[in-house]
Amino acid sequence: MTTTETPDTLRRILDYSSRADPYPLYAELRKTPVAQQEDGSYVISTYRELADILHNPHLSSDSRNLSHPTAGAEEQTTPAFINLDPPEHDRLRRLAMRHFGPPHTPGLVTGMEGALTAAVSSLIDDFAGKEQIDIVDDFAYPFPVTVICHLLGVPREDEPRFHLWVNDLINSIDYNPKTDPKEKLDKGVQARKDLHQYLGGLLDQRHGRPGDDLLSRLANDDGPDGRMTDEEIVATANLLLIAGHETTVNLITNGMLTLLRHPQVLQRLCGEPDLVVPLVEELLRYEPPVHIIPWRAAYSDITVAGTVIPKGSRIMLMLASGSRDPNRFHDPDRFDPDRRDNQHLGFGSGIHLCFGGPLARRETQIALSELVRRLDRPRLVADPPPYRRSPVLRGPIHLHIEQGDG
Amino acid sequence: MTSADNLQAFKRDGRIVVVGASLAGLRAAEALRNEGFTGSLTMIGDELGEPYDRPPLSKQVLTGWVPAGGTKLPRRRDIDAEWLLGVPAGGLDLATNHVLLTDGRKIPFDRVLISTGVRARPWFVESEAALDGVFIVRTREHAEGLQRALAAGPSRVLVIGAGFTGSEIASICRERNIPVTVAELAPAPLVGALGAMIGEVAADMQRAHGVDLRCGVKVTQLEGDAQGRLRRAHFDDGSTVDADVAVVALGGIRNTEWLRDSGLAAGVWGIACDTGCRALDLNGLVTDDIFAAGDVARCPNPIYEYRLISLEHWANAVEQAEVAAHNMVSGQADRWPHLCLPVFWSIQFGVNIKSVGVPTFADEVVVTQGSVPDHRFVAAYGYRGRVTAAVSFDNAKWLDHYRRLIETAAPFPPPCPTPDQPADMKPVPVDFPGPVLLAQGATVVVTGHDPSERRVTAAYQHR
Repeated sequence: MTTTETPDTLRRILDYSSRADPYPLYAELRKTPVAQQEDGSYVISTYRELADILHNPHLSSDSRNLSHPTAGAEEQTTPAFINLDPPEHDRLRRLAMRHFGPPHTPGLVTGMEGALTAAVSSLIDDFAGKEQIDIVDDFAYPFPVTVICHLLGVPREDEPRFHLWVNDLINSIDYNPKTDPKEKLDKGVQARKDLHQYLGGLLDQRHGRPGDDLLSRLANDDGPDGRMTDEEIVATANLLLIAGHETTVNLITNGMLTLLRHPQVLQRLCGEPDLVVPLVEELLRYEPPVHIIPWRAAYSDITVAGTVIPKGSRIMLMLASGSRDPNRFHDPDRFDPDRRDNQHLGFGSGIHLCFGGPLARRETQIALSELVRRLDRPRLVADPPPYRRSPVLRGPIHLHIEQGDG
Repeated sequence: MTSADNLQAFKRDGRIVVVGASLAGLRAAEALRNEGFTGSLTMIGDELGEPYDRPPLSKQVLTGWVPAGGTKLPRRRDIDAEWLLGVPAGGLDLATNHVLLTDGRKIPFDRVLISTGVRARPWFVESEAALDGVFIVRTREHAEGLQRALAAGPSRVLVIGAGFTGSEIASICRERNIPVTVAELAPAPLVGALGAMIGEVAADMQRAHGVDLRCGVKVTQLEGDAQGRLRRAHFDDGSTVDADVAVVALGGIRNTEWLRDSGLAAGVWGIACDTGCRALDLNGLVTDDIFAAGDVARCPNPIYEYRLISLEHWANAVEQAEVAAHNMVSGQADRWPHLCLPVFWSIQFGVNIKSVGVPTFADEVVVTQGSVPDHRFVAAYGYRGRVTAAVSFDNAKWLDHYRRLIETAAPFPPPCPTPDQPADMKPVPVDFPGPVLLAQGATVVVTGHDPSERRVTAAYQHR
């Protein structure tokens, strides 16, 4: 598959040096839609093959179905539904969705719009008097944490503690033993424990005292599927916290970066507020927050584009590459908020389609609308900005901008 | 209309008439304008009011959640059409290219799209059908009337026919805690569309939700009281049920009677077309200016041995409308074939049922994922060793996989295993009701001997 002289395409993609612009490498990768790697795993990078396999019932999300599970992927004793297959996945996701979206809770995201706008406005108010703004630290990072606290029912006075754990925990996701101090990992492990314990305690208070928040609702559910165990509720809350939050940071930041790189679109958005809806969809295609599903398992032999992937194989899904596939999207490397038929893979597809997608969409729509409306001639300080290490959840670690006459 | 110049002239100021102003008609009109047709566009519809969406009429409208008037179809663009509403078409004159309205008006056209759909099959005894409390459900007014009757808290509802509409209405009754009896001639609900295996599941679901389900019986009489209100139904096994509401859900009748003398290949099965939605004439020759789309169209499907198939599915109406509209304003070389796989959905007793392909085109069925006893599973249908359809109960997200299996003529039964392994994966005969239930009389007679003389004439004596 590869020569020993030049690193293969996937290794170059995963290498930090290509973080700012992995897209030319994705194009190279797509020349082989299903590529077997030296370690026996498979990489899928073209739209049609990705869309097909995401709906293939022989694809498993349960690491126990890998013939060589790696340490780390399955450290939790109670996996959340993202790492489970049907029927367990379906049951847990259904139990969670009962309190998050249609058909049982159709008005949740709409009902949060006031709170979302208030959170965004308050963060933008704090920009006043600052010469330089970091869109990540000053905005895209604190915003989703506030939202998730509101959603889960974390008391306002606990928010600072909660923020800290989330910070440490998410920092540790990118932990690289070669470059990072061990302290970073330890802090993450401790944060996970603390958070777990904290959520467990919060849950205890909720039993028998149904409030309006998600934890209360999960703790007191009496629907047809019964109730999640406390372990399951904590695992679910953890999942929503990490997945829903890390990805939204990147989506908002990538959005602001993309707008600043396309000033004519930014200008249009000022005059056409409704443009933000297709614009965020295009963003999910063009600069998605999740680039890669690092692994799925072949539960039995799977044939993709003529290649038989044997049972137990590890399969890596290059979602962001699929969304730039010229065989599916016309002129895929152009950011075009007017694009029609934009069935991107930004939220994945199939049964694991992003649970929080509707909330992430609305958060990002409101965030970008308000930033564009209230910032005065915003300008990038550095292009490209510095990126986080992760090739999977890809986004800038800081996005410094100037505004006004500064 | 063969040369490019003619086509351009037609697109600029030709006359298109759309007969049937519902989903297919409206979407075709929008697509025609999207395709750049700037000529005159006339929409003919027998119902007053703007086009509306029908799926909610047997669901959200009957629960009272959505008012019947709240089902108007969203407009995707301005179509700048002349609307002739409230008067049905009574004939089609292909010698002079006119649509004849029942009030005597004649509407000229260069090209016409027929999307007259189906109507509900009424109760076979007119005086009984007229009883207070006897309903059919096809239009907004029907649904509104039934909703009011359900809201009044009837002592019992009788649903006659356990196809999709009947089953959905029975489900709504149970949701509203109204006692309901369902009478079905076949051995189980949904059997005609999905076969015996799924029928058993559907029967199980109905009984689990407290439906008084009676299969293999025929309703012979609807009995009214002195005030002309329904009070009782009689069955062919001698039993009776007291009910103050009866819903006749015995399927639809395609609205093709008005085409009787048109010379088109139209009949009880619909209007025969090519895959480009061009209507065939009585001789089976393709016409150039007459198109059909939606429930009333009957198109060959290459995946199913080129059999002519008509479908009363929402998605089918939309897809055919777009193909027909494109072909109406395109030259021969640019025409599109309608090759979409049929898809439909239903919601009943809290379960989302969805299907892809043609389940009736099958000899075997096998559960491939999930659990039948839990009413959450996927079943694949096969015909002579290839996959031809799939049906899901609360598992719709997998159907794209089965769509691909059908499109690629993948072997049946499909390879297992999957993580959500069913207990039993042995294919069983699909078991549809026999040809007796489906038989129809001949509709044409062939005359003449020499190939230049042989012609088809329509035969109506069996109707």
